This record gives sequence, structure tokens and C-alpha cells, in this order.
Amino acid sequence: MRLITHNMLQCPVKGCSKDNFPLRIEDAEIENADADFNPQFLKRMLDRIAWGALVQTSFSLGVAKLPESPGDPNDDEFLQTLHHVLLETRVKEGRMVCNGCGHVYPIREGIPNMLLQENEV
Amino acid sequence: MPDFPTPDLSHLTRADFRNVYEPAEDTFLLLDAIEEHPRIALDDDRQRDRDWPSVCLEIGSGSGCVSTFVAKVVGRSNALFLTTDVNPHAARATRRTGEKNEVTLDPVVMDLASALLPRLRRSVDLLIFNPPYVPTESAEVASPSNLPAPLFSISASWAGGVDGREVLDRFLPYADELLAPGGVFLMVLLEDNAPEEIITEVRDRWGWTGRRVKERRAGRERLVIVQFVRGADVHVG
Ligand SMILES: C[S@@+](CC[C@H](N)C(=O)[O-])C[C@H]1O[C@@H](n2cnc3c(N)ncnc32)[C@H](O)[C@@H]1O
Ligand SMILES: [Zn+2]
Repeated sequence: MRLITHNMLQCPVKGCSKDNFPLRIEDAEIENADADFNPQFLKRMLDRIAWGALVQTSFSLGVAKLPESPGDPNDDEFLQTLHHVLLETRVKEGRMVCNGCGHVYPIREGIPNMLLQENEV
Repeated sequence: MPDFPTPDLSHLTRADFRNVYEPAEDTFLLLDAIEEHPRIALDDDRQRDRDWPSVCLEIGSGSGCVSTFVAKVVGRSNALFLTTDVNPHAARATRRTGEKNEVTLDPVVMDLASALLPRLRRSVDLLIFNPPYVPTESAEVASPSNLPAPLFSISASWAGGVDGREVLDRFLPYADELLAPGGVFLMVLLEDNAPEEIITEVRDRWGWTGRRVKERRAGRERLVIVQFVRGADVHVG
């Protein structure tokens, strides 16, 4: 799971509407995989990223320290850091926990599983 | 317009296709619709300045064949290629098919798009769904009230319930939430699913323009690719 994907995921438990984003990542096994650097794509994505969630997650995983608000989209160094955090950093194994309801979502072989038990949907 | 080869699926074996939908006529018709789409497949000059789509989402990605193809046509670094499937085998196959073809897909196991909202509200530029559309008993359909029993099974890939429309009808409200202004939604239907009825219904509900973009006979069935476009000020094709 790349961090850009994590930035799009929220707890789907019915009635869970508080602290349900971002999901807390625990026991993460992190790996890096190179991706093509495309500054135009990153700039286009800036307004679709939940910035605070990304800063918090990347800090908690010890990946990189991002600025509190998005940097200058024409600053190459900022975009390089963002590229690395969003597109090259992956959680291979681990889990995500909802801070609102405590539901646990496993991540196995790099794939998050957001399915719920029948009675919670 | 460059010619795009069908994704390499040689890493998937008979054993994989016992658990994952094997690309078939419907899959290939969808690939044709993508390759011929005036906003998705661009000539070299326009490809260089491409600024759409940024976010692609395929529901029910199965083997990953379709999203891999989309990533090839759009350009692997030009967009995010998210996929969902209820079947974990399918999510793994999707990831592997991306890797085999040197593109990055981002598969997640979930029901429809349930964990992507409201985060991706009005944010998906290109939405694709080849749903389970074969008319069956409701009990065979993968749905939240029916989890987890049928979900790891291959029947979830085709069982569409009453009129083959149960999964589709459950998904349409999600599509409304997800699609960005000017966004394109491509969907596979059978003639038996009454495409015109769905096109009219969606137009009345959300004002989207829908039309058939491709059709083909496959055995006793007639497959139809329907495209919906959400209105926007920008020009849409
Ligand atoms: C007809 S297959 C299409 C597979 C692939 N996209 C293709 O075109 O070859 C339908 C896919 O939808 C998945 N599916 C069925 N119900 C679903 C649901 N509720 N949420 C997400 N995926 C679902 C199935 O597991 C299957 O992979
Ligand atoms: Zn929750």
C-alpha cells in the first residue's frame, strides 16, 4: 500500500463518523520502490491530498518530515520529497486501526483489506 | 494513435483463474472502448501535454487486465490507478498484473468504493466497472448483507442477482459521489440489463449524459459498453 492510497482510505463502519480518518498504521513493515518522477502529476494531485493526514502519517512512520502546509509547487526539492513519500513509500505488512471505532484493517502482501464483518456493515 | 498491446497475463495460471475472473469478451470490449476513447487515448502531441485524468478508479478489477491497460494508455506516471475488488485473490492478481506490465496499480480489498468515500468525493476522473451482470438468485451476489460467504468465490465475479442489476444498482449512487466534474464513467452491460433504461434513469437522477460507445455479440449475449459523462464547463468528448 502506497501512502497515496492510505491518504484516500477511511473507516467504512456505519455510524463511525468521528476520528475515522486517517487510519493509524501499526506494526508496519515499510519498503521503497522507485517510481517515475512526474512534477506535473504531483502538482495536479496537491488539492486532492488530505495534507494534515499525510504529514501525520509520514511523521509517525519516520519516513520524512513534510511541512505543515503544502510547500511551493514549483520548488523541486519539495516535490521530490512529496514524490518519495506519496509514491515510493509502501507498507508491505501491518495494519490500520480506526481511531474512532477501533476497527482493525489488515495489510497483507501490500494490499489493505477494508472488508467488515457482516454485522458491522 | 499508438497501438496498445493487450496486457501480458502470462504470470497468471489455471489455478489463479479458479479464484479470479479470467479476461473474456466483456474485458476485451472494454479495452477496445478505452483504446478508441478520444479523451483517454491521445496522439503523441496531446499526450505530451496531458493533464487528465489524474485519478482513475476501477471497481471489481479481477485480474487487473483493464487497469493495466488504462495505465499504459494514460501513461504510468500521469495518474493514480486505484482498484477495488471484494475478492482478495483478485486484488493480488491485479497487483501482479501491474508489476508484470511495469505499471503501478493500487489495489484495495473492499465492497464497491465503500472505504474511498467521502475522501474521493467528486475526485475520480475516470471510473470503470465491469460488474457481475449475469441474472442469478440474489443469494449468489456479493453484498454487505451477504458477506463473507460468496465473496472469495468466483461466482461473485458474474452473479448479478435480479435482472443482473443488483450490484450495478447498488453502485450507481457511489458513482454519483465519486465522479469529478467532467469525469467519465465506463461500464459494461448486457443487452438484457436494459441499457437504455439505465441511461434514462441516470440522466433523470443526476443529469449525466449517457450513451452506448461499443457493442458486440458474444455467444448468446450482446455486450454493451455504456459511457456516462458528468457535466462540467470544460469540453467533454
Ligand atoms: C465481471 S468481473 C470483471 C473483472 C475484470 N475487471 C475484467 O474486466 O476482466 C467482476 C469483478 O467484480 C468483483 N466484484 C463483485 N462484487 C463486488 C463488490 N461488491 N465490490 C467490489 N468488487 C466486486 C468480482 O470479484 C470480479 O472480480
Ligand atoms: Zn471507524
